[in-house]
Amino acid sequence: MMEWVISILLLLGGSLILVGSIGLVKMPDFFMRLHGPTKATTLGMACLLFAAMAYYGFYGEGVSVKEILISMFLLITAPISGYMLIKSAIHHRLDSIESTRGKDNIEED
Amino acid sequence: MLETVILIVFAMIGVSLLLNLWRLVVGPSIPDRILALDTMYINTIALIVLYGMNMGTSLYFEAALLIALLGFVSTVAVCKYLLRGDIIE
Repeated sequence: MMEWVISILLLLGGSLILVGSIGLVKMPDFFMRLHGPTKATTLGMACLLFAAMAYYGFYGEGVSVKEILISMFLLITAPISGYMLIKSAIHHRLDSIESTRGKDNIEED
Repeated sequence: MLETVILIVFAMIGVSLLLNLWRLVVGPSIPDRILALDTMYINTIALIVLYGMNMGTSLYFEAALLIALLGFVSTVAVCKYLLRGDIIE
């Protein structure tokens, strides 16, 4: 039973990471490309670390805190790096396609 | 069953690392390349966690934590350099 839970969590995490990277390659401009990695890889890493926690709790040397530490660290730092990336993209005035939303909110400096 | 699933997830993360490498080489602007590098850091953490599960030891989580820390700090430093032309003013 526990093996099924760990396998489903692992497959979910791996496919979310793959979807994030496909979004990084396929999206048309930078403001859309930021969505894939910052959202999907955070969810995928959370799934993988929960699977690792269940694996070590069930088979190995007991549940440890380090998985929660890595997952909390990624959860806190992913929005900050996304914010810094979008600031530098706006500063460099990158091109965007017509249907990108929210371009009216960018201030002229 | 778990060994097969771990191998499949290894293949998924390898494919996504290759896609990130493609974006890192091709990427038309500099923020694209920084984003691809940041995603490669996160995928490397996933790869190390999976390798630890494959080997059956939790010895590799410190390495994963170090890579997470250095990836965040380097991303913020390079973005700061792009914004200001300087890291520490």
